[in-house]
Parts: sequence; C-alpha cells; structure tokens
Amino acid sequence: MSPTDSQPTDQNLLTVRGLQKSFGTNQVLRSIDLTVSRGQVLALIGPSGSGKTTVLRCLNGLEIADGGSIEIVGAADGGHAPVVIDFAAAHGSRAGVPKKALGALRDRSAMVFQHYNLFPHKTVLENVMEGPLIVQRRPRAEVEAEALALLDRVGLRDKRDSYPFELSGGQQQRVGIVRALALRPTLLLFDEPTSALDPELVGDVLRLIKELAAEGWTMVIVTHELEFAREVASEIAFVDGGTIVEHGDPKQMLRDPQHERTRQFLHRLLFPF
Amino acid sequence: MTDSTWQLLLDSLWPMIHGAITGTIPLALSSFAIGLALALVLALMRLSRRRWLSSIARVYISLVRGTPLLVQLFVIFYGLPSLGVVIDPWPSAIIAFSINVGGYAAEVIRAAILSVPKGQWEAAYMVGMSHRRALTRIILPQAARVSVPPLSNTFISLVKDTSLASLILVTELFREAQQVAAFSGQFMALYLEAALLYWIICLVLSSGQSVLEKRLERYVAH
Repeated sequence: MSPTDSQPTDQNLLTVRGLQKSFGTNQVLRSIDLTVSRGQVLALIGPSGSGKTTVLRCLNGLEIADGGSIEIVGAADGGHAPVVIDFAAAHGSRAGVPKKALGALRDRSAMVFQHYNLFPHKTVLENVMEGPLIVQRRPRAEVEAEALALLDRVGLRDKRDSYPFELSGGQQQRVGIVRALALRPTLLLFDEPTSALDPELVGDVLRLIKELAAEGWTMVIVTHELEFAREVASEIAFVDGGTIVEHGDPKQMLRDPQHERTRQFLHRLLFPF
Repeated sequence: MTDSTWQLLLDSLWPMIHGAITGTIPLALSSFAIGLALALVLALMRLSRRRWLSSIARVYISLVRGTPLLVQLFVIFYGLPSLGVVIDPWPSAIIAFSINVGGYAAEVIRAAILSVPKGQWEAAYMVGMSHRRALTRIILPQAARVSVPPLSNTFISLVKDTSLASLILVTELFREAQQVAAFSGQFMALYLEAALLYWIICLVLSSGQSVLEKRLERYVAH
C-alpha cells in the first residue's frame, strides 16, 4: 500500500517551529525546528536523553509541547484539512490544545513503538483493524481486506488469528508497523523500532521500513542504527541537549560532521570500546 | 450421634438449602453486582486528576474499610429509623453489602487499572481513541484479567458475610439454622451443618473462579 493522500511534492509536509518541552524543571526540548517534505525520511539520532523521542511523541500528541508549533499541510484532494497547533497558547496543558486539532494530528500521524505496544487481548487481525474499524468507522469488509493485504505483505497473513504473545519480537514489530499503516496516516513515526529486538531479528524490520521509504511514505525515525539511517534517510538530524545540533545529507553528515558534539557522538557509536 | 439427631439434620437440610437459594445466594449476587458497579465508579474517581473527586472516593473507601460490616448493617437497619428513614430487612442488607463490596473492590480495580502498562494507553491514543474508548476497549479488558483472583476473594467473603443479615431478620441459610437450633437445642450439629453448606457453596465458587481465570488467560504467555 502506498501513501494515500496527495499533496504537492515541493511543499513541506511537516513543519515544526521552536518546539519546547519541560518535565518539571528539566527542559527536554529547548527549541526544535524541523521540516519534512512529502516522501522524505528524516532520521533523528542522538544520545539517550537528548530529546529525540520526545520530539516524536509531540508529533503524535502523546506529549503536549510547552511552546512552538506543529503544522501538517492539508491534502491536495481536500481529504484532510491542514493541522496547525500553536503550543504557546496551551501552556503545556492538554486542556489548552483544542481537542479537534489534537485529534487531527493523531489522525494524520501514526507511530510504531519501541516495545511494539500491541494489544495483548486482541488477535493480530483485531490489532490491525481496531483503529480503522472502531475509530475511523470504515466499512468492515474494506478494512479487513486491507488489513489482510498488509499482513500478507509482511508475511504474517497466517498469523491473523494469533495473539501477540505467540509471535516473536520481529513479528510483533511487523504487526506494529501494519497497525500504523492501516490507519492510512500521512506521516509515519518510528520510535527506535529495532532497539528491543534480538540482533538476528533486526534485519526483517529494517528491510520493511526501507521498502516503505522506497514506496514514498513520509517518515520520521528515531534510531541508533547509523548504517540504516544512512541508507534509508533523506536527511539526518543530530539532536543533543534538546536542540538540533546539525542536520543534513546522511552520507555527508556521517562522514564529515561539522560539529564537535556530533563527531564525539558518532565516534562513540562506531567505537564503543 | 443418635438417630434422632440424624433425623433432625436431614429434616433441617431442606430449610437451610431453601434459605441459601432464596436468601444467601441472591443476596450475595445482587450485592456483588451493585458493589462492583459502585467500585468501578470509585476506582475511576480515585484515578481522576480532579482532586475533589479522588478525595471523595478516598474518604469513602477509608470509611468502609475502617468500620465493621456489622456496624454498617446496624446503622442502616436500626440506626436510620431514628432519623425517620425506615428500610426493610432485605433492601437494608443489599445496601449495606453493596456499600461494603464497593469499598473493597474499588481498590482492587484501581490497582488492576494501574497494572496495565502505560504503553497500552499510548497505543490506544495512537490509533485515535478517546480516553473513554481507550479505557473501555483496551485498558479494562486487561485489568479484568488481573482482578479476577482478588475479586473472587471479595465475592467468597461476601457469601459468608451474608450470614450477618440474619441479625437484621433476613431469612437466609444461617437464620434457618438458628431457628432449628433454638427449637431443638442441637446447636453443635446444626451449626456444623450450616458451616458445611457454606463450604460447599464456596467450593463451587472457587472452581468457577478457575474456569474464569483460564478463559481470561488465553491470550497470555504461560
């Protein structure tokens, strides 16, 4: 399945400006600016605690930023209105963000979690159909056909009636990706999608994400897999201390980082001991 | 034991079983159902971010768990009439037991809801669910599984506690036993017979609990 809604390719699909977020006195995001255009893949790399996962969670409305704004352009075919959320007005409180805007943000983006977070009391097929059927209220026949096609594509059609505990980590994460795709999002968000997997299971999941990128899905990926980021991303942003220290072309940036902090980080990843 | 004692036990068996069927069991079932509904509301109040809601629930739970059930029963049946509120034995018993179950089960349900990983809420929000829908479709079904064993305990305690209703004139298993015992003077034999009947009811309930647990655990790794 390919990305469903169409918009001009020259336009930034996602625009984040001055995003700020604090947990108590700990300022996790100081000021994040980023843009992703349609069909592009942005990889966020950086040390743990740098704020990269928080950026992603803000994009799905799982965290409410204290300041800044998030914009997703509307679909050219009129299927989606643009999403614009200005967090300065909300003062970091969920109640301050218009429910409709938050709903629209969630409607346009879908997330793949580090620990899969599949619903354990639902079968694989039910997991995939839950959002489209119950929330989006699309017709069952259409939803089921699409869900089965997606499961088929990731080689898990025969697991449709299994429960998550019966699957390996790699299989669970592929269901997690299918669950996100079935929501027909404009923007796919990946939060360290392979960090919880056994090393021999990482490949299948990364290959699938790479295929999706090639099909033209717009994605933001938080990852520690530098080689993967280099291959799949159109742009890499290095996040540290709640800001984007530098960003640019993946090959260029990994080979010749401009900033000292980026250099240190890459060195530590490439030569851990 | 003499033949006449055996005969007495046999003769009293039906009144006691009848008391169980028309008193003990419906009293326990209806109080448990009402109490559970109350407990769910209280648990959600306890978990609410609105402090006044959570405080009301906290005080309620503390009062119910901090006072004897017998006292609660007597306040409702013998105490309230002095304020002009007269309630019949049956409704009095159901009110008292429901209030009591509500207090105990609320804490069980609250703990069960909290035991569901935060990632489940997040995944529910991610697919677009509202808080209420996430609660009913994703969180509560998982919390239900966790709360079956402790809620079964609450229910089994309740079945035995219904014997207290005999003290406010509700005709149930134990009151039947008391009446035959007072009339015949065979206290030991008749109270042991009553104990045996309670035990049998609880055995049935325990096996019901295992069946329910098995059913709810079909989606969990063993």
